[in-house]
Amino acid sequence: MTDVLFILFAVVATGGAIGVVTGRSPVASLLFMVATLASLAGIYVLFEAHFLAAIQVLVYAGAIMVLFLFVIMLLNLGHDYRADLKYGSWTLLSLVVVGLTAGVLVHGLMGTEETGLRAGGAEVAAAIDAAVVEKGAVGVIADPLFTDWVVAFELMGLLLLVAIVAAVVLAKPRDREGGN
Amino acid sequence: MLTPALLLSAVIFVIGTLGVIVRKNAIIIFLCIELQLNAVNLAFVALSRYTGIEGQLYVFFVMTVAAAEAAVGLAIIISIFRHYETVNVDKFNLLKW
Repeated sequence: MTDVLFILFAVVATGGAIGVVTGRSPVASLLFMVATLASLAGIYVLFEAHFLAAIQVLVYAGAIMVLFLFVIMLLNLGHDYRADLKYGSWTLLSLVVVGLTAGVLVHGLMGTEETGLRAGGAEVAAAIDAAVVEKGAVGVIADPLFTDWVVAFELMGLLLLVAIVAAVVLAKPRDREGGN
Repeated sequence: MLTPALLLSAVIFVIGTLGVIVRKNAIIIFLCIELQLNAVNLAFVALSRYTGIEGQLYVFFVMTVAAAEAAVGLAIIISIFRHYETVNVDKFNLLKW
């Protein structure tokens, strides 16, 4: 059952990813992206990461994709159906880069079976499942986040503040009087 | 189920890389960068079953950085569009050598 669901989600995710790259209108690409994000959330559930699946749907497929859609509509790019692929030497370069990336990734993956990952895997998974039962799906993330990782968490808040200020400053129209 | 998940992650990452290279529309290039971030997130989640809960924490951080990056990046795109009336990355090349 889990394998069937994984294959289903994987096919939808891959198809959506291809759709993002080949989609002619930006809105079509965006909707393919939402499909990819939603099926990735499904895969997160299969890996027992329920909180991340919820965050993926709410924050990624919800908030961030709506931000993209908002900008597409603000700039009125929704009916821009011209093909905008780069060609010539770019095609060659992209094939080389993509081939090399795929080669490196597959080469790295072939080694995962032999590493010690598999050996300790069952206990780690069992420990995570026990922690989920004890603290709940949110608590199991929140507990290390607010203890061991609290500095990173605070820095994350600072990063979001900086991003908000930067977005407002960048997107604001310039003043007429020469200042900014 | 680790190896299939890592393979899917690699496939999505490569498709995202392809999109960043071949597309001209700045917004779609941004979408493809998000695709790459999500591929890495999938690898983190799959590996967290074997190494501990920290993998899921990293995904949380990556999502936050992605949100910040999307906000700033889209603001830059709006700012560029106001100046050049296009989001085609071949049309604005002042920073190229």
